Amino acid sequence: MLIKHPDDTRPSEITPKRIYERRRELMKLAAAGSILGATGLFAPSGGAQTAGAQKMENVKKSAFSTNEPPTIYKHVTGYNNYYEFGTDKDDPAEFAGRLRVRPWTVAVEGEVAKPRTFGIEELLKFPLEERVYRLRCVEAWSMVIPWIGFEFNRIAKLVEPTSQAKFVEFVTAYQLENMPGVRRPVLDWPYVEGLRIDEAMHPLAILAVGLYGEVLPNQNGAPVRLVVPWKYGFKSGKSIVRIRFIEKQPKTAWEKAAPHEYGFYSNVNPNVDHPRWSQKREKRIPDFFARRETAIFNGYSEQVAGLYAGMDLRKFY
Amino acid sequence: MQPSNRQLGALKALVFALALVPLATLALGALFFPEWLGANPAEYITRKTGNWTLRFLLITLAVTPLRMITGWNWLLRFRRMLGLFAFFHGVVHFSSFIAFDHLFIVAEILKDIVKRPFITVGFTALVLMIPLAATSTNAMVRRLGAKRWLALHRLVYVIAPLGVLHFWWMVKRDITQPAIFAAILVLLLGFRIAAKLRGATRPAAVPAGR
Repeated sequence: MLIKHPDDTRPSEITPKRIYERRRELMKLAAAGSILGATGLFAPSGGAQTAGAQKMENVKKSAFSTNEPPTIYKHVTGYNNYYEFGTDKDDPAEFAGRLRVRPWTVAVEGEVAKPRTFGIEELLKFPLEERVYRLRCVEAWSMVIPWIGFEFNRIAKLVEPTSQAKFVEFVTAYQLENMPGVRRPVLDWPYVEGLRIDEAMHPLAILAVGLYGEVLPNQNGAPVRLVVPWKYGFKSGKSIVRIRFIEKQPKTAWEKAAPHEYGFYSNVNPNVDHPRWSQKREKRIPDFFARRETAIFNGYSEQVAGLYAGMDLRKFY
Repeated sequence: MQPSNRQLGALKALVFALALVPLATLALGALFFPEWLGANPAEYITRKTGNWTLRFLLITLAVTPLRMITGWNWLLRFRRMLGLFAFFHGVVHFSSFIAFDHLFIVAEILKDIVKRPFITVGFTALVLMIPLAATSTNAMVRRLGAKRWLALHRLVYVIAPLGVLHFWWMVKRDITQPAIFAAILVLLLGFRIAAKLRGATRPAAVPAGR
């Protein structure tokens, strides 16, 4: 497979030379700032302070990462859609602490030669990479998130999908006692997502186990979640417990809930509106204005457009 | 219970000040305290102002039932102010939508209004509020005459359901909040129907000036 590397650096994102030349000085200033910040009086507002969760070691950088500045940690972990914990954006941060993340296993089964159940400890031993990806929510906002994870195709290679495996279904956690949101039938629980097998095998599709150099917070889908950066965020299921290779296209949670609004493919596409709002533009968190024009396939078209050659993207939305 | 004019004036000032709190909070957040508005400040402002438009509409519609239950006719003196606050929040709500979501691009705004039913009904509700706001002064009540003024202001019985419908259709999946608004609206309108059936309505609904 020909793997093209992203060429998405905008001129505005390239550090001007005079600032680049002052970089050591600026880093020192930043360090001094964090000392002042520690007093509480001059807390930096834009810095990527993390929660001090467990750090992840031996994480390689990836050429698939964007150079865009990451959305600050506070917003990445405080503004989430994880309906199992409630439908408000701050519900997951408030309630996901209850999610039981150990012991955790992911059963990989279906049309495979070697079905296998992975313990989370095994998954954490895969060679990890940092992937700084754009995330475009179907609700027309976006973030840039430094995920840590590994390509999903590594799992696939271990279980050896048969020729019958045309799709991959991702089943996510359903913990009735720990998830206040699943008591109401907002969606058909457990939340199920799916990809065509060639989409799932694409090197951009990863299983993430961390972000911002640390173990994945519960509200972001701990302990292991899917990240498919060219699709709307809801395609990237959180807290995955079961992965099934199957022959028929699975019915996904949002498709079941509102088939005319959420299709199976759900590729980011400014030319196909959501029935209730335009997808032309997006608000990059925490901007006020929807200043950014949404790019087809969320800016990853160089890598993934080939998957959809000849397909009518209006029909297969 | 019949408060004196002075007490009423003070109470009115208090209600006015309280009614400004939500917007003042948003303005302060937008200007000085970004953490108050969270990760998606525009969405926060649009949601909050939309919410308060509906709340003020329902509060306005609650005046008559409350008056009839308690016999406190002076409650009527608050109705205009409450209705105007509903309109005011509706205007800010719409403004934040055209500014933040559409960067004032007229073609896109029009397309949204025409193409998306939930925006069509919300916009209709707002437009229908304009004549009510415009005829809210004592002078306008006199110019129109009580009968015509009353007939015109019955538009609120269309506006409020459209507003709730707008919210209902906007919600992605969890309809709890619009359902609560709808239930209260049904209660408030149902009260009027029941009162009418019992022949209990008195034509005392025209504001009596200050």
